[in-house]
Amino acid sequence: MEAALQTNVQTCYHCGDSCVDELIIADDKAFCCTGCKTVYELLEENNLCNYYNLEENPGISGKKSVSEARFAYLDDAGVEAQLIRFKDDNICKITFYTPQMHCSSCIWLLENLFKLNPGISESTVNFLRKEVSLTYFHQKTNLREVVTLLARIGYEPEITLADTDGKKTSKPNRAIIYKLGVAAFSFGNVMLLAFPDYLAVTEGLQRTFGSFFGYLSFLLAIPVFVYSARGFFTSALEGIKQRMVNIDLPIATGLLALFLVSIYQVTTGTGPGYFDSFTGLVFFMLIGKYFQQKTYDTLSFDRDYTSYFPVSVTVLKENGEEEAVAVRNLKVGDRIRIRNQELIPADAILLRGQAMIDYSFVSGESEPVEKVMGEVIYAGGRQVGESIELEVVKEVSQGYLTQLWNDSVFSKNEEQSVSTYANIAGKWFIIITLIVAAGALIYWVPRDMDMAMKAFISVLIIACPCALSLATPFVHGHTLRIFGKNKFYLKNTAVVETLAKIDTVVFDKTGTLTEPSAAELNYSGKALTAAEEQSIRSVLSHSTHPLSQRIFQSLKGETIAVQNFQEFTGKGLVGEVNGAIVRVGSASYIGVNVNAVKDTLKTSVYVSVNGVILGYYTFYNVYRQGLKDILKDLSDKKLAVLSGDNNHEEARLKELLGRKAELNFSQSPVQKLEYIQQLKNQHHQVMMVGDGLNDAGALRQSDAGIALTNSITNFSPSCDAILDATAFDKLSKFLKFSKTTMTIILATFAVSLVYNVIGLTLAVQGLFSPIVSAILMPISSLSVIVFATIAVNIAAKRAGL
Amino acid sequence: MYIIFLMIAVSVTVAGAFLGAFLWAVRSGQYDDDYTPAVRMLFDNEVPAKSSKKPKGESAA
Repeated sequence: MEAALQTNVQTCYHCGDSCVDELIIADDKAFCCTGCKTVYELLEENNLCNYYNLEENPGISGKKSVSEARFAYLDDAGVEAQLIRFKDDNICKITFYTPQMHCSSCIWLLENLFKLNPGISESTVNFLRKEVSLTYFHQKTNLREVVTLLARIGYEPEITLADTDGKKTSKPNRAIIYKLGVAAFSFGNVMLLAFPDYLAVTEGLQRTFGSFFGYLSFLLAIPVFVYSARGFFTSALEGIKQRMVNIDLPIATGLLALFLVSIYQVTTGTGPGYFDSFTGLVFFMLIGKYFQQKTYDTLSFDRDYTSYFPVSVTVLKENGEEEAVAVRNLKVGDRIRIRNQELIPADAILLRGQAMIDYSFVSGESEPVEKVMGEVIYAGGRQVGESIELEVVKEVSQGYLTQLWNDSVFSKNEEQSVSTYANIAGKWFIIITLIVAAGALIYWVPRDMDMAMKAFISVLIIACPCALSLATPFVHGHTLRIFGKNKFYLKNTAVVETLAKIDTVVFDKTGTLTEPSAAELNYSGKALTAAEEQSIRSVLSHSTHPLSQRIFQSLKGETIAVQNFQEFTGKGLVGEVNGAIVRVGSASYIGVNVNAVKDTLKTSVYVSVNGVILGYYTFYNVYRQGLKDILKDLSDKKLAVLSGDNNHEEARLKELLGRKAELNFSQSPVQKLEYIQQLKNQHHQVMMVGDGLNDAGALRQSDAGIALTNSITNFSPSCDAILDATAFDKLSKFLKFSKTTMTIILATFAVSLVYNVIGLTLAVQGLFSPIVSAILMPISSLSVIVFATIAVNIAAKRAGL
Repeated sequence: MYIIFLMIAVSVTVAGAFLGAFLWAVRSGQYDDDYTPAVRMLFDNEVPAKSSKKPKGESAA
């Protein structure tokens, strides 16, 4: 068997798949299908074969060829206007999202599109965002031709309903970079001017130019105060308005005190001011903010159903003509045609054709569901097989799925959790600082008025919790980066803190605990002879039903000719092989009496030859690799499973999760949501791991919703974090590590506390000289940054991440 | 010693010019994508072998 596998399996020159089913030789090169060959020929003809030199087998498999007629809706002026970014008399600019992009060859080809269609003047790729921006002359070509070309070479852009919902506002946020630039400029120059202060030998210089240096520093610090540091002041003000103390309040107080005292000193000529410390602080804290803000631009955490639904659908008019209609304009009673691999946009009744609906996006279930005429098909399913006709029974906005999204959970704005470590620490910090400052004031006022002012302000300045405010963003920022390296992408840094508090983990079953693409096959019954296996395989080879395909793949041998083949939708197959009548199908179709209820819960396929029942195939779920270890690691937490499936796997799940775990079967999306809500009402910190749209509500409701996905650029429901399926076995490590980072933050707080105690002791005694402060402040900030960076990296290494 | 005024003026001007260049770079989008340009620069310029750029029949309608 292995020898057979090794011989002569060629890989496709275009896409790198092995040419098992088909082998086409053209130009001395092997292709796995005509789709791949066509793309090659197109590129060859246009001198674009460099595509194959940059990377090996860079292409996208052309097997799933679909009719190009479905782009007809792009001819519609209204749709076009919604999609394009810019249009004038000559050119159109548009940006497409093409998730298939994966290597440098892709970049090269997509940027050479003008060679394939002279109407395209320019195309630029943003690889990380998987976007290609095109400029084309709309007199020479049109939107539909451009999209068709992209689809033909394998990069079909994803055009969804969300694209037409007004312009995307996903412009990268550049404000923080501007602020950083300004702060860096001022910091550098003020530092230069402040340098004479630090050294005793330059005292003469200081005397001559002191006030000039001071005023110049003041001038340079103004943009930092007005522009770069604005975020801290507004945030602190907002906190006050809501009667809350957040971390930005002590920062803002400190910065303000620093700035005002510096102005006072410079204008009265009493000292050089602290502009160097001021600009330096803002600069360092902005770096921290930059880290904190760093989210994954390329991933979308807030998608709803609109980014998944198509823009238009084929509607059949009464005279039988087809017309592309925008999904939003779909009305009850419209007859629509759904072709292979197209999505059903609204709840509808099946009128004609054999419907095999793949609900994997909705439920995570990979097995397509068969529907018979007259049945209602819910929106969100994808048709596999021939084209079908449906009658719309509910408008898109009224559909079952859409209703779920309109649930109040989704419209509720997630409140920023205020009780983060930094905010709690900040609150205590400002209280203590104010007490100390007041104490210094009370002590000094009767003795020395000048000294009183100096001590009071020194306390405010030195107590500026720079270290405190730097610790959290840096530790969280590094954690985010380490998680990202391990294919676990958090929405923002706040999620790290949430993860550390989790005490309850809820899993979805299908697609999360189980591998969606694999199912174990088990045959029970009379042992099959090689000849019988061969005839069963031959019969199955004629069916495209997924279950048939699964069994077909598990059987070995050559296929032989089958006569009188027939397929009965929803029942089974029959065919004549070498004179024997082979039947494969459901129990009732074969005529088996199923008395054991247990067995009907499983998916079974029966086989009979000449009316004699031989046995049946049963499909089992395959659990993800490493699941046992994760569950063992998580045993200190409350575990639960929410499954939309029936309970035939209960025994196996009990064994895996342990006695205490709560198992809930046959759960609807709303029930899942309510279950999470109920857990939260019991003051549990809930993490939900799910994959399908049916988990969307539960993911949103939980404290930390983690969407599991096989490909991070694929659709995933709105969530707090996206976990690549290949990293699923590290889930428990991620949780443990986020706990470790909390300890690191506490340790960093301790470090900064030491500085503050030393600083405050000096400050209340009025011993603070500008030199000490100028040296102590940057050193304390820097040491906190360095400490946080090193500690997180060491902890990550130790945790095996 | 008063040359120091001129020198500082020059140094601040130069630094300001760099700040301006930086702000312009950010504004023109150079900081939006820090990956693709790194790949793009490695593509060889093609040798114009046969410039038979036929207008490909893209009319898919």
